Amino acid sequence: MASDAPARGPASTSAPILTLRDVTLAYGPKLIQRDISMAVRRGSVFAVMGGSGCGKSTVLRSMIGLLRPAAGQYRLEGEDYWAANDQRRTRLAMRFGVLFQSGALWSSMTVGENVALPMQMNTRLDAASIRAQVELKLGLVGMLQAIDQYPSELSGGMKKRAGLARALALDPDILFFDEPSAGLDPITSARLDELILNLRDGLGATIIIVSHELPSLFTIADDGIYFDAVTKTPIAHGSPGYLRDHCGHPQVRAFMQRLPSNTA
Amino acid sequence: MDAASDSSPNWQLEIVGERYRLTLSGDWTTQRGSLPRFPADGLMATRAARALVFDTGLLGQWNSALITFLWEVQLAAESAGITIDSESLPSSARKLLGLLPASRSPQAPLRRHKFNPVAALGGWTLDSLAELGILTELTTTTAWNTLRAPVGRSRMRGVDLLANVRDAGPDSLLIVSIVNFLLGAILAFVGAVQLEKFAAGVYVADLVGIAMVREMAAVMTAIIMAGRTGGAYAARIATMLGNEEIDALTVSGIPVSSYIILPSVLALIITMPLLYLYGCLVSMIGGSVVAVAMLHVSLAGYVTQTLGAVPFNQFVFGFIKSIVFAAYIGLTSCRIGLKAGRSAADVGIAATRAVVLGVVGVIAIDSLFAVIANAVGI
Repeated sequence: MASDAPARGPASTSAPILTLRDVTLAYGPKLIQRDISMAVRRGSVFAVMGGSGCGKSTVLRSMIGLLRPAAGQYRLEGEDYWAANDQRRTRLAMRFGVLFQSGALWSSMTVGENVALPMQMNTRLDAASIRAQVELKLGLVGMLQAIDQYPSELSGGMKKRAGLARALALDPDILFFDEPSAGLDPITSARLDELILNLRDGLGATIIIVSHELPSLFTIADDGIYFDAVTKTPIAHGSPGYLRDHCGHPQVRAFMQRLPSNTA
Repeated sequence: MDAASDSSPNWQLEIVGERYRLTLSGDWTTQRGSLPRFPADGLMATRAARALVFDTGLLGQWNSALITFLWEVQLAAESAGITIDSESLPSSARKLLGLLPASRSPQAPLRRHKFNPVAALGGWTLDSLAELGILTELTTTTAWNTLRAPVGRSRMRGVDLLANVRDAGPDSLLIVSIVNFLLGAILAFVGAVQLEKFAAGVYVADLVGIAMVREMAAVMTAIIMAGRTGGAYAARIATMLGNEEIDALTVSGIPVSSYIILPSVLALIITMPLLYLYGCLVSMIGGSVVAVAMLHVSLAGYVTQTLGAVPFNQFVFGFIKSIVFAAYIGLTSCRIGLKAGRSAADVGIAATRAVVLGVVGVIAIDSLFAVIANAVGI
């Protein structure tokens, strides 16, 4: 019974791994987005799109368990995330790997220690095995040479890759990326896209990506959702390529074709 | 190695025909205590075997634990000149292996410096001298800007000064009150026990008055401010440094000395003497409460005694001291903030250093004042 893809959880591939139903997000009285409904297929690359300030990052924060929705339901493999108790939620969150916008590496630790810490705290691996795992994860993102460097010694792109290695530390099955290519040059950005796709294929992970970098979205995403900043609700679903060519909403088409919205 | 009995990860290497065959079985996940390792010299090119195939028929669940192992196999095979038939691996594992570099990181040599006392002493001396120079420069710049401020030629914003004054003054009244009140009361207690033996209870007023006005009120207020405001300055500036806010100020042509340091130091210089006077008053109230309650001294008697005991020049002495303390605390904590590193830990270190240096420095300066006062005869 050799498995081609890494085996994780129930084998059914048709059921979505993550669903939001009628979720409303708000900071106190300030509404961010309402009536969000979406389903992310297992193994897909799902894009969370929208203009600046529409609340994309807030949607991501709620999906990784940092912000409780004001209303609605968030299900992770059928399990109601916010109905679970704290302990269970921590267990569920261990299946997430998150690459924050600027890496969010712990600045008092070396890159290697950054990747090792989640394993030291959450697994029972011995030191030698953790070291081997750290080398593997840094090797996957091409950062092995920086294992003993501190985050302050790294460039922006290196911080992102080190952050990615840390996100991979616990072998997550859902990877979240917040603006992975923001602040990177086109070549580094394209390389990161390729890396993301390779990791998806290799690890069999589901990827949710928040971005407005169109070239990379067209390359990697095969499904997505578009949030509107004015009406504060999602107005389109579908892959970036589909939205660009076939979306009924002129504003979305304009965004995907990079036109100023009033000309559409 | 019997793999069928349980799901623990197992591997077995054998030569079949002209090839090595590596049989992988069990669950290869990272949740277990120890992962199997492949010895670096585990493969040797013999005439019999120049290639390696994998048998993954019994392989169960796996994640990066397996990739780590396969990487080690790959490295060992490479150094032995054996070709790997990666087609026999699951395709996703093949893809991940393709991403990995062809060699592991060379073990970083431990940077271990030999301790040399002479070099250490020299380095320490140079550092101290440089630091003294920087602090002097900072002091003169700030003093120069202070002098120009009333003429309106210094580029300090009044708003910043007011915000700092508010933080250093009114917002710290409560803690200054509590500490000085209790200190006055404690001194009165200590004095009362001794003085009552000589039926000289009313002299408690002299004891509390002179001790607080001359030394304690100024020193205690300064220590409170070193902990409260000095630490805050250092942490704030260190955080700004980490966020490149200081760099942005410099680039925008806004001198750090007049935008950040001057209002901070000036706010302390303005508020500290006032807090000192306030502290004196509160401590005398604390002393009088104890005296009236324990020694049956009348309140009027306590006040008269205090007025006669504390000459005006003692107030001037304490007042000047608190200005010096204020300047010292403000300048050192700003300087410590400015030279902090850029990480989160460095902010904590800067705050700690500012408080420690502030407290120690205040006490050291106070003893210097005591010596001077003794020589001058105040």
